[in-house]
Amino acid sequence: MKLWDRLMCYCRRRSPWLFHLNSGSCNGCDIEIVAALAPRYDAEQLGVRIEGSPRHADILCVTGPVTKNAVCAIKTVYGQVCGPKAVVAIGSCPATTNVFIDSRTLDGPLGKHIPVDVFVPGCPPRPDAIIEGVAKAAQILAERGRSAGETVAIVEQANSEVRP
Amino acid sequence: MSLLTALARLLIFPGILFAVPAAWLFLWVERKSVAMMQGRIGPPFMQPFFDFVKLLGKGTPTRMGIAGSLMRAWPLIAVSTAAGAVGLLPVLPSSGGFQGDLILLLALLEMPSICIIAAGFTSRSIFGEIGSVREAVLSVSYNVVFLLAIISVAASQHTFRLEALAQAPSTPLRWVGILAILICLPAKLHLNPFSLPNAEQEIYSGPMVEFAGPELAMWELAHGLEWVAATGLVATLIAPQMAFWGFSALVFVALSFGIVLLLSTLAAATARLAIDTTVRFYWQCTIIFAVLAVSSAIFMRLRS
Repeated sequence: MKLWDRLMCYCRRRSPWLFHLNSGSCNGCDIEIVAALAPRYDAEQLGVRIEGSPRHADILCVTGPVTKNAVCAIKTVYGQVCGPKAVVAIGSCPATTNVFIDSRTLDGPLGKHIPVDVFVPGCPPRPDAIIEGVAKAAQILAERGRSAGETVAIVEQANSEVRP
Repeated sequence: MSLLTALARLLIFPGILFAVPAAWLFLWVERKSVAMMQGRIGPPFMQPFFDFVKLLGKGTPTRMGIAGSLMRAWPLIAVSTAAGAVGLLPVLPSSGGFQGDLILLLALLEMPSICIIAAGFTSRSIFGEIGSVREAVLSVSYNVVFLLAIISVAASQHTFRLEALAQAPSTPLRWVGILAILICLPAKLHLNPFSLPNAEQEIYSGPMVEFAGPELAMWELAHGLEWVAATGLVATLIAPQMAFWGFSALVFVALSFGIVLLLSTLAAATARLAIDTTVRFYWQCTIIFAVLAVSSAIFMRLRS
């Protein structure tokens, strides 16, 4: 059983499937997510795949400052992602609502509504920063649901063995 | 002895023990060749295995009643029928055991597609239903050509027995049939340019939209097994007969791999066609080809 747990932990880290959710973004961060998957940065080397359905995803990538209209959708989609799951807030908007702070159309930041695991700051963040954020989220995903000390050791060992 | 042979064919080669790793290999080749065509490095070799194990460990939404049971049943039926189809392929010269015929093989090959259609409607998602309708339309389009091509191959050899078909000498007519089957394979495997049912930019994941965790893992595996069965069918029709069974197995694997490369390259090089264009392609362009093959097969049979 322990071997199966170690294998599962390793596979979760090596196979993060994303679902991209736009909560009123200006499209800057969305373009950078696409750039992270394009030939120059090629996030698929880490096993990253953008999925069409939140049911298939492990990591929810949220962009945008969270408009009032988007709150309900964010909560629904977060509920639709099956566990274990992680959330990555991409850009400065979901972290702080950025330049739109105090706008009457917003209900941000994202942390008010769903738990966020990794923040990737920037306006927009660079694709390599996004990939690093996703890799960190994948590591958190691998640790999630396991006894903390043992899993951290497993992940650290796995990291030292193979670095894609 | 015959029972042992049948079990060995179903469980070892070309059955489950060979087919499951081969399914993962073919899924990797598909993704890797698309990546290489786009100038990327692509996923690591073990990626389909990582995906499969990870999906097994994910949760599934709780679904009650008959719909929940059906949602769990469809992927399992798809996997078992696809594995059965692979097990039936006449790769090795068999000494007894269960020898299915071409009709059984075709029925088993068609079952995953029927399961996908049913799964989309069972999920009760609007995207799933649209995907299922597209899959049904696609199935009606390519299957006419596919079945006509298979019939032409069978009619030219005067038999529906798989063993006899695999051992028959190759004639020009047989090659026309094989070519028609090859044209249908991208549609059967939902590859570009006929990847309508799971068009991610339009209908999310199509019939798979509501599936998660182990159910999705089974769908992925069923898709991989479909790859092995469909390419294996063409490989057994092309492969020359060898005296030693080891050579037959090697030639089978090499030919399957070549067909996977060919189809993946085609998928990477083309864009998705609209549904009307796809239907027109099969009903107007390709069907002439298939009808020609069948009519000449029947004509040759009447002459002989």
